[in-house]
Amino acid sequence: MRYLHIANARVIDPASDTDNVTDVYIANGKIKAIGHRPDAGEIEETINAEGQWLIPGLIDLGGHLPEPGYSQKGSIDSETLAAARGGFTHICSLPDTKPVADTSAVIKLILEKAARAGHTRVLPLGAMTQGLEGEQLASMYTLAEAGAVAMSNARQPIRDSYVLRRLMEYAATYDIPLFLCANDLSLSDGGCMHEGTVATRMGLAGIPETAETIALAQLLLLIEQTGVRAHISQISTRRAIGMLRQAREGGLRVTADTPLANLIYTDASVTGYNSLYNVQPPLRSERDREALVAAVAAGELAISSNHRPHEIAAKKAPFSDAESGMSQYDFFLPHAMALVNRGELTESQLIRAMSYIPAQILGLNQSISEGNDFNAVLYAPSREETVAASQLASRGHNHPLIGKTVKGKVSALFVEGVQVC
Amino acid sequence: MINDSFSDPNKVQLTEDGRLKHFLTTEGLSRELLTEILDTADSFISTQERAVKTVPLLRGKTVVNLFFENSTRTRSTFELAAKRLSADILNLDIARSATSKGETLMDTLWNLEAMYSDMFVVRHADSGAAHFIAEHVTPNVAIINAGDGRHAHPTQAMLDMLTIRRHKDGIEGKIVAIVGDILHSRVARSQIHALRTLGAAEVRVIGPGTLLPRDIEALGAVPYYDMKKGLADCDVVIMLRLQKERMQNALLPSEGEFFKLYGLTEEKLAYAKPDAIVMHPGPINRGVEIESAVADGSHSVILNQVSYGIAVRMAVMAMAMSGQQTPIITEENA
Repeated sequence: MRYLHIANARVIDPASDTDNVTDVYIANGKIKAIGHRPDAGEIEETINAEGQWLIPGLIDLGGHLPEPGYSQKGSIDSETLAAARGGFTHICSLPDTKPVADTSAVIKLILEKAARAGHTRVLPLGAMTQGLEGEQLASMYTLAEAGAVAMSNARQPIRDSYVLRRLMEYAATYDIPLFLCANDLSLSDGGCMHEGTVATRMGLAGIPETAETIALAQLLLLIEQTGVRAHISQISTRRAIGMLRQAREGGLRVTADTPLANLIYTDASVTGYNSLYNVQPPLRSERDREALVAAVAAGELAISSNHRPHEIAAKKAPFSDAESGMSQYDFFLPHAMALVNRGELTESQLIRAMSYIPAQILGLNQSISEGNDFNAVLYAPSREETVAASQLASRGHNHPLIGKTVKGKVSALFVEGVQVC
Repeated sequence: MINDSFSDPNKVQLTEDGRLKHFLTTEGLSRELLTEILDTADSFISTQERAVKTVPLLRGKTVVNLFFENSTRTRSTFELAAKRLSADILNLDIARSATSKGETLMDTLWNLEAMYSDMFVVRHADSGAAHFIAEHVTPNVAIINAGDGRHAHPTQAMLDMLTIRRHKDGIEGKIVAIVGDILHSRVARSQIHALRTLGAAEVRVIGPGTLLPRDIEALGAVPYYDMKKGLADCDVVIMLRLQKERMQNALLPSEGEFFKLYGLTEEKLAYAKPDAIVMHPGPINRGVEIESAVADGSHSVILNQVSYGIAVRMAVMAMAMSGQQTPIITEENA
């Protein structure tokens, strides 16, 4: 047997509660030994990782791939390469493609294109309702068979509580997990940012906190009633954190994530009408941001990318007219690591929210332990560089770090033992 | 928390030495600069009373009235102001033309730049549109905000300041009430900032909860739901126009109930100071926000506002054009 030998890396693995400098030996895509050289076989290649971290690969619970349908915004190839460079071994793709991922043909197309590209693994989310219109159920069983790991309606609401109830009952029958967004469109429609002081000052129509909390209350009650396996995507408010905590204390098994942008930025970023910060869910108040960070620290919340690449023209418009979303995959790990550098989270808390918790939600085993697939990131924590648009793999240049200096760099990413970047 | 994207609007609208080069918002402008606008407008009022009303300050310059929203009144006063400054003026009504055919705002701008204009007077339904255009237009084109969404209508606010200054002997120490639909009002936002900077003792906003924006206190205004309490001891009462569509999206039950609670009548006006003035940016809905007896009565200065509008717009256009010209000279000298 021929081994890849990663020497002197600081291995941080929240799943096994590991944080020490050691050597890791990999063969046939799997971790064969940690801390000691395997008895038989030879070393094919040694990577001296002194000063670097070896951490489990990141798993994204929701990003927007622009293919099929939006070739001006990027391709599966460009965006999965960006994800790999950001530290992701797996990404869940939201179903709001064109056509919508409500047929097995679209799911298969995404899987084939991603496999051919050979960067990050794509775990497609199928549509819950046909055309994401919230009216007729999509063929969820067929989509799951084709490879969809869960069903989602992206941020499109299901306006009719009856449909939502039946959809959950149907999914529960086949134990198909649902990824649900809490967004009451009758309260959020027309809004383009968080409703608060900044929106008042800027004269922009606000999205109140209740657009999220009212929809969340409805979801939680129906999840309880139907017993469906459910995950809440893209939480943005402090109140929602409290509601989720209360539901869990009442015995409900429900998980949740928040987009990275909501942990780093607030509605204050919108001052100056920079359309880059037009995102859904909206960037909320500092109080909300602090509560989200605290929930991540407590292990209650996963971090998702909500990656949404756009061509330049989509953002070059007055704030409320610009398309919403941020390109996030490139530099994702160093961007998130800002929370550690600022002392708001520990390395272990952050990594746990980006790999271990998402893995558990998806039923994957993402841990640097002997016998596991080698899905890992080699990370140089002190490398600094200034980000140029030309460096991005993503076709979306709506990235918040362009022109900024970032600390930390993904130096290698391994997917099932294969170095993809 | 990272807040590095903070873009101070005054970095966009002021030159490095603090003079006006665009006029986008009254927010954050110094008391000196606002006073300079008012003083300049005052000097133009005297020229307006002469037989020959034009001055040659903008001779040879091209001003484009770029109205993405219809407004005959504001557009006409800008047109007249530009003509009295001797500029060439081009009126473009794009409310229902180019952008509705799929052309983006950027495409429209690039086309207009190709005409070598010197100034765009912009009205647009999106908050921040004038700011956006100022950031993306070629250098040396001045942008005057003639109203952007709910955000700002700074020339209207300045003509209101001029009205108060001329009729109430200054703004310092005055109590001013703004009544009606504050939520959707760009005029109210611009007035609040200007009044605070110019030293008004108190700025009150009066209306039902559905029409007062959240956290309006953060802008320095005090909210009132009761018209009589809100008007008590006021020096200035500014009535805002109520748009009919407010009844359709559940913000108000009826015009009748609004008039009963917030319509300005002689009876309610009696709660203000005896010499209080009544203002309205127009056009007036008689019997909806104001009764005719008050609109046409002795307290009303509504028609004076219209004539001051031309002088204020002349002042702002002349100042912004002068702010734009300095960098060219410096570059040529360099």
